[in-house]
Amino acid sequence: MKKKRSRVSGYNKWGYIFLIPFTLAYVIFQLIPLVSTIYNSFFENYMSGLTQIGPTFVGFDNYVQLFEGGDIWKYAKNTMVLWIMCFIPQIILSLLLGAWFSDTRLKLRGSRFFKTVIYLPNLIMASAFAMLFFTLFSDGGPINSLLMQIGFIDTPYKFLSNTGSARGLIALMNCLMWFGNTTILLMAGMMGIDTNLFEAAEVDGATSTQVFYKITLPLLRPILVYVIITSLIGGLQLFDVPQILTNGTGDPMRSTMTLIMFLNKHLFSKNYGMAGALSVVLFIMTGILSLIVFKVTGNDKRKG
Amino acid sequence: MKKKLVSALLCTAMVTSMIAGCGSTGGNDSSGAGTNSKEASADEQGKVFNIYCWNEEFKTRITDHYADYEEVDATTGKIGDITVKWNITPSDDNAYQNNLDATLLKQADAAADDKIDMFLVEADYALKYVDSDYTMPIKDLGITDDDLSKQYQYTKDVVTDSDGVLKGLSWQGCPGVLFYNRAAAKEVLGTDDPSEVQEYVKDWDTFKQTAATLKDAGYHVMSTVNDSYRVYSNNVSSPWVVDGKINIDDNIMKWVDDSKELVDAGETGTYELWSDDWSKGFYPDGKVFCYFGPAWLVNFSMAADTEGSIGYEGGWGAAEGPQGFFWGGTWICAAEGTDNADLIKDIMLTMTTDDTVMKEIVVDDDDFVNNQDVMNEMAEDPDYSSKILGGQNPLPMYIAGVENLDLSNLSAYDQGCNEEFQNAMKNYFEGSATKDEALDLFYKAVVEKYPELTY
Amino acid sequence: MSGKNNDGLKKGLGIKARRILAYIILIIISFFCLFWFYILFINATRSNGELQAGFTLLPSTHALDNWKNLLHGTLPIVRGMLNSLIIAGSSAVLSVYFSTMTAYAIHAYDFKLKKYIYPFILMIMMIPTQVTALGFVQLVSRMGLEDSFIPLICTTIAAPVTFFYMKQYMESTLPLALIEAARIDGSGEFRTFNHIVLPLMKPAIAVQAIFTFVSSWNNYFTPALILHDDNKKTLPILIAQLRAADWLKFDMGQVYMAIAFSIFPVIIVYLVLSRQIVQGVAVGSVKE
Repeated sequence: MKKKRSRVSGYNKWGYIFLIPFTLAYVIFQLIPLVSTIYNSFFENYMSGLTQIGPTFVGFDNYVQLFEGGDIWKYAKNTMVLWIMCFIPQIILSLLLGAWFSDTRLKLRGSRFFKTVIYLPNLIMASAFAMLFFTLFSDGGPINSLLMQIGFIDTPYKFLSNTGSARGLIALMNCLMWFGNTTILLMAGMMGIDTNLFEAAEVDGATSTQVFYKITLPLLRPILVYVIITSLIGGLQLFDVPQILTNGTGDPMRSTMTLIMFLNKHLFSKNYGMAGALSVVLFIMTGILSLIVFKVTGNDKRKG
Repeated sequence: MKKKLVSALLCTAMVTSMIAGCGSTGGNDSSGAGTNSKEASADEQGKVFNIYCWNEEFKTRITDHYADYEEVDATTGKIGDITVKWNITPSDDNAYQNNLDATLLKQADAAADDKIDMFLVEADYALKYVDSDYTMPIKDLGITDDDLSKQYQYTKDVVTDSDGVLKGLSWQGCPGVLFYNRAAAKEVLGTDDPSEVQEYVKDWDTFKQTAATLKDAGYHVMSTVNDSYRVYSNNVSSPWVVDGKINIDDNIMKWVDDSKELVDAGETGTYELWSDDWSKGFYPDGKVFCYFGPAWLVNFSMAADTEGSIGYEGGWGAAEGPQGFFWGGTWICAAEGTDNADLIKDIMLTMTTDDTVMKEIVVDDDDFVNNQDVMNEMAEDPDYSSKILGGQNPLPMYIAGVENLDLSNLSAYDQGCNEEFQNAMKNYFEGSATKDEALDLFYKAVVEKYPELTY
Repeated sequence: MSGKNNDGLKKGLGIKARRILAYIILIIISFFCLFWFYILFINATRSNGELQAGFTLLPSTHALDNWKNLLHGTLPIVRGMLNSLIIAGSSAVLSVYFSTMTAYAIHAYDFKLKKYIYPFILMIMMIPTQVTALGFVQLVSRMGLEDSFIPLICTTIAAPVTFFYMKQYMESTLPLALIEAARIDGSGEFRTFNHIVLPLMKPAIAVQAIFTFVSSWNNYFTPALILHDDNKKTLPILIAQLRAADWLKFDMGQVYMAIAFSIFPVIIVYLVLSRQIVQGVAVGSVKE
């Protein structure tokens, strides 16, 4: 690495040139709102109807208020629980599918069909998806009548009124929507792996499992890190599915209320103070967790 | 859509609408005034007229019933040489109010052609706008109390600010009644005559007794507790917020207690309005005895055009129910800073006070209009009957309900409070929380929405 | 897939069992994925009243009515699809191109600010979008760009998530030696990027193009705050507007038809782009 660096140094001004478009778009459209988010977290600043209250500098009052009563921990816990419930089956499924699809010996027929199909749920708008979920899982819906017909239950089960099943449904829907996405990312990563490596391994008589653990996974690591990090970030920002499925209430008794749903509540009154404070907290939480992931996976160092 | 409800009146209507169609030969005061002001307006009035709304209802009304309006394309039109711009933002995710708020706040600095001239509001959040300086008093437009004498009082209450100044008008009235399943009534109560059924639902205690009887026969008295929420919340004696403190009215608590009893006894459900489970009762198999609602609900939302539904068979009856209430409606407000005051005045007068136009709206659109003369006349019309309601003329009941309605206890926080209250109480009804826990949740949720409130 | 070349007879007994297991699981998964489309299209054939009556697996006869009502309704649904295509298409192209460029800048060059910029971009990724959305809308209106596609399209040039993926992908597949080889051949930096790097990134580009296209296609929140002219609106806004229709016009049949209608273009875009992922890239030319 060191050697290469010194050799290419003359070209390094191109690094800056290639960064220009990103930086420009970023500064114009995102940096200003971002800075104001952090700035606002120290102010009392919201709308009472059409009247602007504040901004009045209140120091860390918003943060204090946020942690008062400890509800934020409850929502943080909900968010993590929902993320884990969705992420674990999702990553297992994706790795499994990825391994199958890239396993030359399994020679699955119609794998193109399967590869195409798994991503399709992501194409449906979340709100449309939720409409279908409501229909299926309503008290008089087909799932309940099926369960009643096979004698599993006597009275309709209220899926969205019980903590376990409400979380389960959210995780299920989220998982359905996103596992194809993860699989595609992994598959694209696998595509980039030099085919000769697989061929060489086969010649050497390695089993599929060995190939997967010794070749595919290590080479896939950067992409895996990407998947875990973005999934973690996406998980911490989990919003639309629980929001639509519980109609924004996080019912029952806010056991499915995620941090961003909580944040969204503050946006109703354009409470930039509280929303800003919550974002900063969320930002710090995400930062710490991402750092842990980076450290654990040792992303910074590449193997030869 | 179809125009079943008032088809009997079509003959008279054709005459009136022909007259209206030929331009302002209707010759009453308001449209005359309108024509004058338009002539004078050419040099002082703004060239662009901006209307903010969340769906196409009002646009359709204007296109059909405001004679001078010419449609240019989906979001523009012309009235004389003034260009009308429709700024439609759907209400999902509060997008409509977010957009309206942002634009109103810039109103003072906006160029004349970009200023909002007219915007529409719904009852639940009307006071948020009405109780602000961004809405013009109706009086300042030159509209007098006399002009509005035929309108129902509740439609004025909704848009009267805390100083008693009227700041909006509506062309609609949405008084509600109790629609009962005639077959169920006959089977369980032994009669489907409206006045006799009324005896079984005349107040909440009787209503609860009837619910028990119905349950034994396999019927839910209503589809969900949320059906009756409006009926209680329209009859409160104190507003949601008193001196910056959240206040729960006794009648609202009565809804909680009555509803909990009904749910625990298995006499009703806890579904959301508009959900699949809620609308099951539109069909005989759904085994629901009654729904609370205004005319539009039974005419357009209860599957009356689908074979096999109760409405299709004309199987609903209308009774006054325990208390009067309203549901829905759209109000027109004039934005402060408009440069088209004359046009606003003319649109408001034409659409909300002109007898001819209002009758036309009843006939063409099945709307219940905000005009006592027109509605009373129809209520007495022996030829007028509703097929969905099995030949009954429900107008006298709507009118009776709406006359007693007292909405002086509205607050600017109603939208959030009503929504959060029903959401929170659902946990209590379903047994996920105690009443106190549910109330705590309600307070918490309201303060999140309205940080200035305390409890 | 990689290694289509026949490896012949080295299959153990386990392979067969694994293959059957794989098929069973894949079929179950496919069912769960396709089922939603089936009900969606079934629902699009049903009338409002029938939809209220509840769920069914059998199609009804109102597909044509729903379609006609939708097409001849007051909402410019075809125009909406064009707008959606323009916005989602340009977003996907710009986002992917410039994110790759940014990732390349970080990956291939060494400059002073690099060690600050990379973590900084990762930090941006962690900011919840909901917060900046309202500030963004204020900004847009101050710039006079309401009812314009520019703020919706141009923001995607700075897409940290896409950038991060490209960066990670380059790390696993783009050897610096290749770039140097290009330099020795006298290829300019810009040319190297366009003609050597981009083709190598094809699978990654296809993946991110799909993601960006789909998320832009289905985005409701920001466009709803910026686009107010019916002729500028995207499909999700028009669908929300259909659902918010007044009682006189409210028709779930039309809503489902609109949803079904809006899904077709994404499926086509997906099918076209997914070929790139599935076929992959001729990696053979890039040996270290």
